[in-house]
Amino acid sequence: MEAYLPYILCVGLFAIGLYAIAVKKNLIKIIIGIILIHHSTNLFLVLVGFRLPENGSPLAPVKPAPHEQISKAEFLARSVDPVPQALMLTSIVIGLSITALIVVIAIRLHEKYGTYDLTKIRELRG
Amino acid sequence: MADLVPLYMLLAFVLIAGIIAVETHDLLSSVLCMGAVGFGLSLAEMVLKAPDLVLAGVVVEVFALVLLIRIVITRQEAPEEFVENTPTVALTGGIILSIFIGMLICFQSTGFTPFGQPLMNMGRAYLEEGVTQGVQNQVTAVLLDYRAYDTLGEVTVIFTAIMGCYALLRRQGEKEIEGNDTNS
Amino acid sequence: MRGMTLIVKTTAGVLLGFIALFGLHVVVTGHIEPGGGFAGGVILAAGLLLMVLAFGADEMRERLGERLAVIWESVGAIGFLVVALLGFIAGAFFSNFLPRATGFELFAGGSIPFADIAIALNVGAGLFGAFLMLAAYRTARGKDQTEGRGE
Repeated sequence: MEAYLPYILCVGLFAIGLYAIAVKKNLIKIIIGIILIHHSTNLFLVLVGFRLPENGSPLAPVKPAPHEQISKAEFLARSVDPVPQALMLTSIVIGLSITALIVVIAIRLHEKYGTYDLTKIRELRG
Repeated sequence: MADLVPLYMLLAFVLIAGIIAVETHDLLSSVLCMGAVGFGLSLAEMVLKAPDLVLAGVVVEVFALVLLIRIVITRQEAPEEFVENTPTVALTGGIILSIFIGMLICFQSTGFTPFGQPLMNMGRAYLEEGVTQGVQNQVTAVLLDYRAYDTLGEVTVIFTAIMGCYALLRRQGEKEIEGNDTNS
Repeated sequence: MRGMTLIVKTTAGVLLGFIALFGLHVVVTGHIEPGGGFAGGVILAAGLLLMVLAFGADEMRERLGERLAVIWESVGAIGFLVVALLGFIAGAFFSNFLPRATGFELFAGGSIPFADIAIALNVGAGLFGAFLMLAAYRTARGKDQTEGRGE
């Protein structure tokens, strides 16, 4: 279990977000839970692509400048995986757009019902 | 293991900030803790050698903070937490137990390698060909040359989400306060 | 949404130039240095967010307006599709057809910088437009908020 410790912390963050969505009655706490789940998913997939090489430190997947002499084989042996990083870059910006959409929905709900409490929103008929 | 200490410290900081954000009664404090969660995750991505994610993550976290503060601060009343009695202990225990059982099943499967040793079947092929081409940033090469369909889908999703925001914020047929007609 | 004092407005106007310059640099050198279309697009959107917060939503609606934001966002989305369809010249969808070179030159990426610019337009103008609509929504309904509550 020692080698899986970052994954366990990341799933712990996911569990906190899921607890916030399931248990809380305030709409803003539910929005915070959704954002926490999104962050934990991004972090998990970036953690999957990380590499710890035996000799040397891990390298970012950017080809080194010509004045740094790193051979191609050494770069391929020490670089981290570029595919999860590329997909999570788009996922972060999509998460911002979804946050904006959820905030707009919350504003319309507050304007119609006057409260953020979910039990009162279920009782009133608009 | 010694050079992973910053990563563990940042992950512990993010976990504690997440717990505070969910449990505190003051809504403005929980929104500020969400800002700390986003910033801590961007710094963790810097340790994980992902420089594009750091750039995007910090700016996205500031933007989301402004959006969240806007719904917390209203003009009429002070936002307060509505505390009700729910079966929290049973529900919480059930959620956490199910997640950890799922994790145990996942770790025993064959494709899930330990931390730091990725499989990199596709990544190695992309890197081997990408290094010989003219593009220096392999992440942009993967995003816009090898995986361009996913970027097209992402452009579509962002466009649709923003159009959803526009559609929800229109006022159909209502007059403004000054008496002018709105053209929606 | 009201604006802020004159000091804040002047400082925001000066800072917008630097933020826009940095955002354009991150977008255009996306294939050389870490960055690219998405990071540069959100940086441009954050610079415009600073203008909305400093000047107030009403004044920004007169200056830049949400129609302009929608137009630029659509130009970005269609531009990305045009770059993809132009790959048909080289025989396949999304093919990278412009000449490439090895080295740290600016035109070494083929059709990647044009796709980066289109994505930055889409993301930047879209996020700015959504936030402008959000900020301006509160102003017009300011008096109706007290009678909109259902209690």
